[in-house]
Order: sequence, then structure tokens, then C-alpha cells
Amino acid sequence: MSNKKDLKAALFAAFPFTVPILAGFLFLGMSYGMLMASRGFSFLYPCLMALTIFGGSLEFVAATMLMGSFAPLQTFIAALIIQARHLFYGISMLEKYKGTGLKKIYLIFGMCDESFSINYSAEIPKNVDKELFMFFVTLLNQSYWVLGATVGGLIGSFVTFELKGLDFVMTALFVVIFLEQWLKEKKHYTALIGLFSSVLCLAVFGSEDFLIPTMICIVGLLTVFKKPIEKAGGLI
Amino acid sequence: MTIAEQIITIGLCVLATVLTRFLPFIIFRGNKPAPKYVQYLGRALPAAIFSMLVVYCLKNVNVTAYSFGIPELIAIIAVVALHLWKRQMILSIAGGTVLYMLLVQVVF
Repeated sequence: MSNKKDLKAALFAAFPFTVPILAGFLFLGMSYGMLMASRGFSFLYPCLMALTIFGGSLEFVAATMLMGSFAPLQTFIAALIIQARHLFYGISMLEKYKGTGLKKIYLIFGMCDESFSINYSAEIPKNVDKELFMFFVTLLNQSYWVLGATVGGLIGSFVTFELKGLDFVMTALFVVIFLEQWLKEKKHYTALIGLFSSVLCLAVFGSEDFLIPTMICIVGLLTVFKKPIEKAGGLI
Repeated sequence: MTIAEQIITIGLCVLATVLTRFLPFIIFRGNKPAPKYVQYLGRALPAAIFSMLVVYCLKNVNVTAYSFGIPELIAIIAVVALHLWKRQMILSIAGGTVLYMLLVQVVF
């Protein structure tokens, strides 16, 4: 079992990677909590939804679903479509999360965009337990989100004008992770396939419906160009 | 909606999320390695995903109406430049975000 020293080392190594998410999730989580409060829900709703769903974009949509009439099948299908991208994260993490024991269940449960991106790309210091590092990244990120959502639900309306634009912190995070990946690669075929597919599908299908077509397009292109990509070593 | 209907609605959102996160691990579990094609996807997907996530963050930027995506473009260039210069994740993200906040609050 892990001793206290290992826990502390992993926590201290993980925390700096989550600082941008601390800012982003507190801000977005609070916006979400305030949205729920403005629609007459108790703070328990955003708090419990942040704990159990833990998927920002779906929670915002669920806030609207809860205001409408009861439509279980529609709700389930809409949720599957919004969350489908996690299938890609799972396929990419099959190796990294292998053999992580009981922690694996929480690592997968809490695998949001941000935790996946950090756990996939972070260069974990050699003297730090990798499983614990990934566990703390996931746990810290979810704590920020739950805290933000709960506080937002409690304070209700609050002037956020001075914080306008803070949500850009998430864009900046993904730009940096994208760039780090780009600098590590010899060839950029797969990154370019992703860029091409998402921009094309965004233009064709619009901002609400482009994720699923993008995923299909990415898998299609990766399959068609499997040979050249593998041959050119376009992978890490 | 009644409280029971609300709980079912939230429960279905939880179920859909958990399904999409756990499915690959359930299908390819155990000691057998995943099929070669799936292993290939696991290596090839991440770079494509990071591109997709950047575009996903920018999906609501309208390049045909004021402010034409200019604040986003400037801030992203700043993030990239800072990162190429210092290679410090927190500095690049903080610098780009503060610049973006200034741009949307003061300039545009």
C-alpha cells in the first residue's frame, strides 16, 4: 500500500498540473451553480450532479432538460451523444490505466476532458508513483468542479462581469497540451487529421452537432491512412 | 417534473456518462492485449483528440460577426508564443487568459 510520503509526493507533483483547471472549473462550475440557482433549484442539485455526472457540458444541458417535460429516452440519447467522445479517451488510456487496481474505477469514472488530457500527456517525475499522480489529478479536478458548482448554487446571483473571458483558461489549456503533443511528434498526420475533421464538421454540421461526425471522420481517416501513418512513425 | 422524474433524468445522464467512460475498458479487459487495430487507434487518437478539443472550445466563436474571432486569435498566438519561449504551462495559460480577458473587457 502507499505510505504517507508517497501520497504527499504524488499530490505535490500533481497539483501544479491542475492549477489552470482550478481557475477554469471554479469559474465554470460557479456559472453552472448560479444558472441552476437562477432556475429555482437548491444548491444540492448542482452539487450532487457535479459529484455523480461530472461532465461540464452535459450538466449545462441537463439544467435545461430538468426545466422541460419528462422525456427519458430523449435525455439518454442526448447524453450519449454529448459524452461519446469519452470512448476515444478510454481507447487511448487502455494501456496507461492498466493494472491500477481499485483506483482504476475512479480514474475511469472521473475521466473528464481535462483529466484525460493531463494524465495522457503529463511527464510524471520518475520518483513519483504514476497511479497516485493520475489519481490525484482526477480527484483534484473533480473537487474544483464540485466546489465551484456548490458555491455557485449557494450564492445564486452574483456579478461576474469582471471575470468575463476567464473561461478562455480551458481553451488555453488545450492549446498548450496540443502544442506539447505537436512538439513531441516527428510527423503531424494524426493531429492534422483531427484538425481537418473538426473544422470541416463544424462548418458543415454547426456547433451543436459536430462532435459525432468529427469522431466518425477521425476514425475513418485514421483507418484509411493507417499504413502511411504507421510507416512514417506519425505516432509517439 | 416531479422529484422522481428529476432523479431519473439525472440518473440517465450519469448512466450515459459512465457508459461512455467505461465501455472501452469493459470490452478490452483482462490480460489479453487489445486487438492490433484498437492499439493503433489508442496511439493515433490522442493527437487528433487534442485538435478536436481546441476546436470544441472555439466552436461558438463567430468569425462573420463582430469581433470576428480576433480576440481568440490574438490570445491563442500569445499562448503559443509564450509556450515556445518559456515552456512553462502555467505561465502560457495564465498569460494568454489575462490577455484575452483584457481584450474582451477593455478593447473589444
